[in-house]
Amino acid sequence: MIRVSDVSKSFVLHNQGGAVIPVMAGARLRVAAGECVALTGESGAGKSTLMRMIYGNYLAASGAIEVGGLDVARATPREILALRREVLGYVSQFLRVVPRVPTLEVVAEPLLAAGGARAAALERAEELLARLNIPRALWELSPTTFSGGEQQRVNIARGFAHAYPALLLDEPTASLDAANRDVVLELIREAKARGAAILGIFHDAEARAAVCDREVDVIAFTPGVAA
Amino acid sequence: MTDAAYNFAYLDEQTKRMIRRAILKGVAIPGYQVPFASREMPMPYGWGTGGVQVTAACLTPADTLKVIDQGADDTTNAVSIRRFFQRTAGVAATERTAEASVIQTRHRIPETPLTEGQILVYQVPIPEPLRFLEPRETETRRMHALEDYGLMHVKLYEDIARNGAISTAYAYPVKVEGRYVMDPSPVPKFDNPKLESPAIQLFGAGREQRIYAIPPYTRVVSLDFEDHPFEASKADHACDLCGAEESYLDEVITDDAGGRIFVCSDTDFCAGRRAGGHRGALAAEDVA
Amino acid sequence: MRPILDVQGLTKRYGARLGCGDVSFDLWPGEVMGIVGESGSGKSTLLSCLAGHLAPDAGRVIFDTRAEGPRDVLTMSEPERRMLGRTDWAFVHQNPRDGLRLGISAGGNVGERLMAVGARHYGRIRAEATDWLGRVEIAADRIDDRPRAFSGGMQQRLQIARNLVTGPRLVFMDEPTGGLDVSVQARLLDLLRGLVREMGLSAVIVTHDLAVVRLLADRLMVMQGGRVVETGLTDQVLDDPQDAYTQLLVSSVLQV
Repeated sequence: MIRVSDVSKSFVLHNQGGAVIPVMAGARLRVAAGECVALTGESGAGKSTLMRMIYGNYLAASGAIEVGGLDVARATPREILALRREVLGYVSQFLRVVPRVPTLEVVAEPLLAAGGARAAALERAEELLARLNIPRALWELSPTTFSGGEQQRVNIARGFAHAYPALLLDEPTASLDAANRDVVLELIREAKARGAAILGIFHDAEARAAVCDREVDVIAFTPGVAA
Repeated sequence: MTDAAYNFAYLDEQTKRMIRRAILKGVAIPGYQVPFASREMPMPYGWGTGGVQVTAACLTPADTLKVIDQGADDTTNAVSIRRFFQRTAGVAATERTAEASVIQTRHRIPETPLTEGQILVYQVPIPEPLRFLEPRETETRRMHALEDYGLMHVKLYEDIARNGAISTAYAYPVKVEGRYVMDPSPVPKFDNPKLESPAIQLFGAGREQRIYAIPPYTRVVSLDFEDHPFEASKADHACDLCGAEESYLDEVITDDAGGRIFVCSDTDFCAGRRAGGHRGALAAEDVA
Repeated sequence: MRPILDVQGLTKRYGARLGCGDVSFDLWPGEVMGIVGESGSGKSTLLSCLAGHLAPDAGRVIFDTRAEGPRDVLTMSEPERRMLGRTDWAFVHQNPRDGLRLGISAGGNVGERLMAVGARHYGRIRAEATDWLGRVEIAADRIDDRPRAFSGGMQQRLQIARNLVTGPRLVFMDEPTGGLDVSVQARLLDLLRGLVREMGLSAVIVTHDLAVVRLLADRLMVMQGGRVVETGLTDQVLDDPQDAYTQLLVSSVLQV
């Protein structure tokens, strides 16, 4: 489902004398449908960078990144937008929404964007918010005023609303209490069961062990460290 | 200085030619405002300098002229313009609508139906119907050119929104021959149906330097809404002098105690009816 | 499916100075394109050329018309272009005073476009205007008030209602949230996003506010000195800018 082949990436800082900072070289990995793969490696090793490249948020300097048959490294913006709408979901660490939009709408939005019916989308949103223990009283409020933990859970609900065939998870269990962490792990298992290919970053070793089938250490892709 | 020192009808022949060309263009493009080089006339702007120039360009020695102001032949403006052409053109004058070949008017269309061969000349203060909605001349011209007339209906919309009905009572905008939106000069909207006429109607705006025209039998439609149709309204009264029920009426205050009477604004029409034996409610007091 | 707007080599010079140079892009139905850059970068010139307010010196602006399919807007006759301007196109000015008639009631402002395309039933025009005031969150009892009496945010929302009432397919916006309080901006952004989604609008938004494009635009074009220096997915351009100028622009924004 997800296939990364020989991808490299460097940042060119034009405003600092054109300094070139190579951050990744020879990255390769595969995630099959129904599989959950964890990216590991110390902070700054490039886990997030790789995830962002797969999502099309960062440009890859070379190599190929195939997601559901589309090479993200070469796709047009329109193709990437369609991919994100239908195929590839991304749960980032930060919730970024238009102020004033009610939580329920925020969670239902990916379903609506993918062409889902409104009633069904709201129903699914309600179900997820309830499972993630967001008090019903908050559903009609904008999540911008919520606590960090609540925002994180809204973000997860939003990420799992649509049944994406491929999912990227950036620290989905960080800053969650045990009960909510279990809910998230359950959601991940459900997604795997329906055949989703999942690539994630989990600092929480227990969580990682609970859902991940394999680990890929990105230190192998760090330029100058590994061949 | 003798009257003979003037050219026929005051204006020199070259100026009349220029004005006639503008008139012909106006007749050829009904409702379109044709610019012309308005001359200084021996009267102030606002007293009919545009109408006078058009009349001067139309008159021939064989014409019979009638001049009315608010329907009356005997008001200052009407009398002085009539005298002006009697002196400078020596044409015959009349107060009878049916006898006139050229009629210059301010603010009314005669009640007596006009006939083929007659010319009705309007004095126009502001020829641009879009002026108070769009102050830029460049823009109003473009709007006419592109038939971009949504704004005209906005004015009528605002009337209804504020007053519950289209409250525009005079200078009511019309669409001429399905093309140009035109200001019929400040005639009461009661007169709008009479704009479809066998006579030639010419409009002259002296200060604004525009001439426009409605040729005989041209389609003239008053703008309105489907659910607020145009209505040619008048005071709900009969003339107190001649008893006419279908003529446009002036309200005349007769004393300090709120006394008032309604009389025909068209003095010739009213006098004609009375001569024919018609009598209104107060006619007994009218010994004339 | 084909692009609703296809711009090729659009160039506008002011004498020796370049307004915008050789700009090409396409816009697809339902897509929102953001154009960012500092004052004088040519983004407003570009928008004016696209919307037909300025005649460019070279290039083509091909719009997918409802009736006749793709046509070059620049070679259209003025009446055709004006008709587009009051049916399929909308233009939201930065200053609502440029896009509203201040002496005319809110209802009249919204109704004007309807009347311009032939609506002649007062009751229906008024009902439509009332509906649109509601959609932009202006109370129905303000329908007969003049926009002069409205706050800046309300005026801007009224301008949007006035523009969208004829169901356009393409909206040009010039700094639609400029000059508004932050809280008012948020409300307007939410409203615009909802309308764009609901009506399936395509839009070109010119702004210097990167937060606005992040929330509204699918794609981004960065301009400097009349030239396009970078294009791409909005989040990609903002998070991984490639061009020196874009990097400077992005790094100059205060983080909240």
